[in-house]
Amino acid sequence: MKKAWLLAAVAAFALNGAVEAKTLKWGASREIASLDPYSYGETFTLAVLNHVYEGLVRYTGDLKIEPALAESWETVTPTTWRFKLRKNVKFHNGNPFTADDVIASLARVTHDTSPLKGNLPAYKSSKKIDDYTVELEVNGPYPLLLNDLTNIFIFDKEWMEANNSLLPTDSGKGVKGYATDNANGTGPFKIESRRVDAKTVFARNPDWWDKPQHNIDVIEFTPITSSSTRVAALLSGEIDYTNVAPLQDLPRLSASPEVKVLQTNELRSVFFAFNLTDKLVESDVKDKNPLKDIKVREALYRAIDIDAVQKRAMRGLSRNTGALVAPAIPGYEPSQDERLPFDLAGAKKLLTEAGYPNGFSFLMNCQSDSLVNEEEFCQAVAAMWSRAGFKPNLSLAPRSQQTPKRVKGEFDVISFGWANEPMIDAYSILVQVLRSKSGTGGVFNWGNWGDPRIDALVDKAGVELDTPKRIALMQEALKIAKAEQLFIPLHQQPMAWAMRSTVASTVQASDNKPRLWLTMMK
Amino acid sequence: MPAFLFKRFVNAAGVMLAVAFLAFLTFRFVGDPVELMLNEQASQQQRDELRTRLGLDKGFVLQFATFVGNAVRGDFGISYRNQQEVFTLIAERFPATFELVLVATFLSLAVGIPLGVYTAIRRESVLAKALQFISVLGVSLPSFALGILFILVFSVNLQWLPAFGRGEVVQLGWWSTGFLTASGRKALILPGITLSLFQITLVMRLVRAEMLETMRTDFIRFARARGLPARVVNFRHALRNCLMPVITVTGLQIGNLIAFALVTETVFQWPGMGMLFVQAVTFVDIPVMAAYLIVVSFIFVSLNTLVDLTYAWVDPRLREDALSGGANAR
Amino acid sequence: MPAEAAKPGRLRRFLDSDIGWSFRRTPAAWLSTLVLSILILTALFCPLIAPQNPHDLAQVFIDKAEIPPIWSADGEWPFLLGTDPQGRDVLSAILYGTRVSLIIGFSAVLVSMVIGVSLGLAAGFYGGRIDNLLMRLGDTVLSIPTLLMAILVSAIFRELLPPGLRDPFAAAVLVVSIALTSWVQYARTVRASTMVERRKEYVLAARIIKVPAGRIMRRHILPNTLTPVMVAATLNLGLAILSEATLSFLGVGMPITQPSLGTLIRIGNQYLFSGSWWLVVFPSLQLGLIVLSVNLLGDWLRDALNPKLR
Repeated sequence: MKKAWLLAAVAAFALNGAVEAKTLKWGASREIASLDPYSYGETFTLAVLNHVYEGLVRYTGDLKIEPALAESWETVTPTTWRFKLRKNVKFHNGNPFTADDVIASLARVTHDTSPLKGNLPAYKSSKKIDDYTVELEVNGPYPLLLNDLTNIFIFDKEWMEANNSLLPTDSGKGVKGYATDNANGTGPFKIESRRVDAKTVFARNPDWWDKPQHNIDVIEFTPITSSSTRVAALLSGEIDYTNVAPLQDLPRLSASPEVKVLQTNELRSVFFAFNLTDKLVESDVKDKNPLKDIKVREALYRAIDIDAVQKRAMRGLSRNTGALVAPAIPGYEPSQDERLPFDLAGAKKLLTEAGYPNGFSFLMNCQSDSLVNEEEFCQAVAAMWSRAGFKPNLSLAPRSQQTPKRVKGEFDVISFGWANEPMIDAYSILVQVLRSKSGTGGVFNWGNWGDPRIDALVDKAGVELDTPKRIALMQEALKIAKAEQLFIPLHQQPMAWAMRSTVASTVQASDNKPRLWLTMMK
Repeated sequence: MPAFLFKRFVNAAGVMLAVAFLAFLTFRFVGDPVELMLNEQASQQQRDELRTRLGLDKGFVLQFATFVGNAVRGDFGISYRNQQEVFTLIAERFPATFELVLVATFLSLAVGIPLGVYTAIRRESVLAKALQFISVLGVSLPSFALGILFILVFSVNLQWLPAFGRGEVVQLGWWSTGFLTASGRKALILPGITLSLFQITLVMRLVRAEMLETMRTDFIRFARARGLPARVVNFRHALRNCLMPVITVTGLQIGNLIAFALVTETVFQWPGMGMLFVQAVTFVDIPVMAAYLIVVSFIFVSLNTLVDLTYAWVDPRLREDALSGGANAR
Repeated sequence: MPAEAAKPGRLRRFLDSDIGWSFRRTPAAWLSTLVLSILILTALFCPLIAPQNPHDLAQVFIDKAEIPPIWSADGEWPFLLGTDPQGRDVLSAILYGTRVSLIIGFSAVLVSMVIGVSLGLAAGFYGGRIDNLLMRLGDTVLSIPTLLMAILVSAIFRELLPPGLRDPFAAAVLVVSIALTSWVQYARTVRASTMVERRKEYVLAARIIKVPAGRIMRRHILPNTLTPVMVAATLNLGLAILSEATLSFLGVGMPITQPSLGTLIRIGNQYLFSGSWWLVVFPSLQLGLIVLSVNLLGDWLRDALNPKLR
């Protein structure tokens, strides 16, 4: 007991001694799932862990791919990639980084029980050429391997062996893995301590291979789930920075002389999708599905006053769009961005022409904790549809309750957001969402939407290595979806960070990932 | 006595089994964790595999039996949300909740007893009437609204006290305490008051009622008649007489405070068991939800049993009564 | 006609009785009765009073969003207490929300009273195994803190309903989950007094002349147990309304499409710092006022009916 007291005193002393150090207190909207990047395929967890672990390649601040742990690469055959690894890189425990580490990490991430297996769909095998050269075999010609690899972080093989962690943690076995709360990467920061849901402390890695473009010594990461508490904490100086500033509080935050707001649009595009099976789930029209009629879909489209949604529900911060992908995503073209105009009379007329002069009711499924201001824009759109004569029955609940219903197709209209991450390519939405269900494709095709022409184009694009040709194929597919009004695009959602004046500068890219290794403090 | 003890423990065990069943039943219905555990790009096959690995495809009875068997050994599996051992997660959060409840209990006694005594002795005074009214206000205002108000006034406008969290904590073995640092103590103030308000009112009203009742009893009347000073009568005789029920109720209420802390913890982002539970609910983290329910009920049942046993030990008549099945008419 | 003639008579009789006398000279009692009556009436007739039907999406215009209360510089008629981020009139939302909260509160108390009184009567009257079983059930319910129990029960019931019925039945689910956690108190009270009454001679006499058990319980025992039950019911009404608000605040109660006061506070809380203080302040005040009146009334009733304190 006495010893514990002493230790506590020493710890307190050490803390006082560190006054000179630059500490960034980061208030996030939620806790990261684990310290193990292969435990949970969630964008935010990976973004945080990217401060500790690194991949062979990485995105720059403006989302271009640049070398990280790999110095260079070449394609030996259409299905074989050769990577030259960076030399003199050390893990946080001092072990050198070599080809063995890459191979062991790839084996771990593609293991059957790895939740991230789907992040590297093309992987077949890998082999060591020498200590600093690795060859990666893929299933077929695959243009997006580098994009996928940005999110595959590299572990130290010796460390995994010593701690019995060569395989990913299996939730089903009920045994905690060592990597779940221990970390050993090559990144700019190392984990100093962690109390789940309370505080995780990152300390500067003085031996980082890259030239630091930051001056932070310590990052204190604290999850604060309640948005108003987070704002209060920022205003009172308990945190320096948050990567999720609620839109409605931006005016107040900007008005404070101590706080500045960084705001832009995300890659994520938001749209409404339909149940296009033979029957509606919940409606007064029992015998058929009115949504299969393109006139009805167009009526829904024209009934939305997108400017009102943008101005009020999204606080004037979203970017209205007619496209399913953001401008930064390869596959986008400006002509996709044109919207059908807001036209209430036209919508009513179309509805009458389709044979529903009195409208019809349908089940609208939105989530309360998923997209930015989803509650707000769903309610606003439901009100607009009501005025056009539809009878939307809005169901709003947390993700955990809505997702199972969405997946099972128990909806007539859903709100949907897709960021195309980590691929940053329209192929992501095309193969996952737009394509009809088959094998690995169309996992998110929950409402049986789709078109055989789109499927054919997507399959072709998946094996096309010539970039301009591939993009043309994808644009063609997106054009068909637009012509058929398969979806109603709304906007690219806004994202906002807020920081106190202690933070001098940082880089905010549209993938909404904090990159504190590019952040300077005062 | 052994027969009574045995019976009481069997009762408690039966109740725990029923709680376990209810917990288990709930979690069969609250949603599907698989969709939340896998990333956007996972295939249907991967989803099915994960469901099999988690045992979600097995029969109902088998799943329940496994659940109870493991729970008895303190093995609640690992969390779906962050893959930590559930037992460790709860053990880590327990000190935070416990210290909050401790502060609230302390406040409720330190403030509630004097107020109760005062309102009983000076029953007709204006201040006593005003306190009575405020006490009703205390049970009428929802604690979450009060917490929000406190944050607005004391954290944002005056910037005196932190709006969230426990401040710096010190690790003593597995126990983390906020009592030993200034920021830790500061952080306890607002949530402590928020959680205790209901309790203060309860103690105050209980003390008042008991005092009023005791003051009517003959022995107080005799004490008065003997000419003992009012202070001696009020505090040495009357108050002492009504402390037993106050302590009993306080003890029993600890279980309720632990549960109610989840509202306070949500408002103040207090990293305790309650917040763990609320987060588990939004994530459908079944192992954590089940474990929390069982742990809290266990504390609750243990306290109840302890109080019953103490009473039986003090008053042998209750033992006989309990054996004939009448102990429940408390 | 006779009913009207009886009314003032009854009121007169009430005011002249002991309780009536206490009622007249306790301002807290009649003031809270007055406030409560106004709140109940305005809530019941909210479709006539409220400037807007906040549930009718076609009446809600998003370009009227976040207008402050009428007395502020940017206030706008007819939005007396301002509007929410959807352009809904806050006053109308509060009136409709109060109706939801009151309906749930009253129904929950009624349901739990019916369950508790019937089970308590049965347990006290028959004794033995039935008594043991019912009281063990009560013990189990009491060994789960009420808040947790309500969260769990509402989660089960919600999931048992088909998806389309969840929102329409959200209120019913809340009523059941609050009632299922609060019946034990009534059951214990009624059981205790039933056990006393059962041994009394008039009950024995009725049994000897073979009056059916149900009739004995209803006609003879029940009236003698009602006073404590009524006091408990009044005090529990405040608790039930608070429970509903707490559940809705935690996000497991009424959905945003048919908000109760708790839901309104939860939503308002998100706008605490954006300057739209009226979204959280007015619903909180209304909720506090309701529960305060109910509790003051309950307190008075308990004291007035407790002979020891008179």
